Amino acid sequence: MNDKTVIRTGLTLAMIAAICTSLVAATYQLTRERIAANQKALLEQSLQPALAGVFFDSGVSESRLVLAPPHALPGNDAAVIYRVFANEQPVAALFAVTARDGFSGPIRILLGVEYDGTVTGIRILQHRETPGLGDRIESTRSDWVFQFDSRSMGDPVVTGWAIRSDGGEFDQLTGASVTPRAVIKALRDTLIYFDAHRDEIFLADATEESE
Amino acid sequence: MTSGGFIERLQTGLWKENPGLVQLLGLCPLLAVTTTFVNGFGLGIATLLVLTCSNALVSGTRRWIQQDIRIPIYVLIIASLVTCIELIFKAYFPTLDRSLGIFIPLIVTNCAIVARAEVFASRNPVAASIGDGIGMGAGFAILLMAIGAFRELVGQASILSRLDMLTGGEPFNGFSFADSGLLLAILPPGAFFSLALAVALKNFVDHKRSISRNAKMPRSLRQARR
Repeated sequence: MNDKTVIRTGLTLAMIAAICTSLVAATYQLTRERIAANQKALLEQSLQPALAGVFFDSGVSESRLVLAPPHALPGNDAAVIYRVFANEQPVAALFAVTARDGFSGPIRILLGVEYDGTVTGIRILQHRETPGLGDRIESTRSDWVFQFDSRSMGDPVVTGWAIRSDGGEFDQLTGASVTPRAVIKALRDTLIYFDAHRDEIFLADATEESE
Repeated sequence: MTSGGFIERLQTGLWKENPGLVQLLGLCPLLAVTTTFVNGFGLGIATLLVLTCSNALVSGTRRWIQQDIRIPIYVLIIASLVTCIELIFKAYFPTLDRSLGIFIPLIVTNCAIVARAEVFASRNPVAASIGDGIGMGAGFAILLMAIGAFRELVGQASILSRLDMLTGGEPFNGFSFADSGLLLAILPPGAFFSLALAVALKNFVDHKRSISRNAKMPRSLRQARR
């Protein structure tokens, strides 16, 4: 290749790259809004189950509050709190927190709690517990997670937030006690945090979306 | 390889040189996503679109592209098209996009696409290249759908489950014929068995055809052929 062909091939490559980039940029511009709306709808849909029976008129995703570690909630990754309002009055909060002491790796939990501290619903977002044993914490595999609905800190008292064999009030799972213990501990700590920081949580400004 | 007309390109892609059955190209997505008909359909259509557009672009620019830089240019064109298709899927078929996951962006690495650019589109006019893209793409897509439908029928005893990913609306669990199927068909080995059956079926049909064609020939010709 002599100098002239090097420049020529370079220019061809640059031209094609420019055309391809503008093609992608144009498609991105055309689809951006729809994609953002889809992601928001998906998020709100996935949060719904933990908000059973709560009336609200605010968008769930706009009320997102991200607490970067270190924070007082369970888990050493970022904790996410969604605040829900009706007529601009706070009605409930959703916590996405992580139980670190699962049987195999962290368990990501979604906990919905009403303004007065009553649990509206719990779902397991992500886990790697043993199939057939620990994975019964999933709402689709057993109704274990439903026993926490409409309980609160005080019903039972702090010491009651444990599995029965530890002197608590909640069912364990046959053949798996590490998993329920980890989940219940995370729920207990989150509810204690909610009672202590409730007003703070609802007054804080929403965390800006980061791309 | 001759260019031939549009119809001939379609026949070549759909049957004679089907990328999945004969050239055995692009097997990674073919084996991985064909757990249901709808998944196979989604990835098949995405591949068809990318292949047709990339063939058209490569063929349209073939006079300006020097031999030395043709591969980076193919990669650039294919990667841009796949990114566009991925954005369109995310915007209009979000659940299907999540179900196919990494395999939409992985169309970039489908060797059937770069093979058609190199072997056909870079040497033939735009119309024939588009015909080739549609033929090869449709051949690949139909194979994905057939294997998807077969594995779904055998493995889950249902068909068209999660059709809502294409049409929108309420989750639809398909038409079910029994409580459970033969799980093996859904698992990775089932993909290999299904593809093997499809290749065997194609070879069987071709074999039968060549026998009946020979039988119709006059005796002298038949002997000459031997």
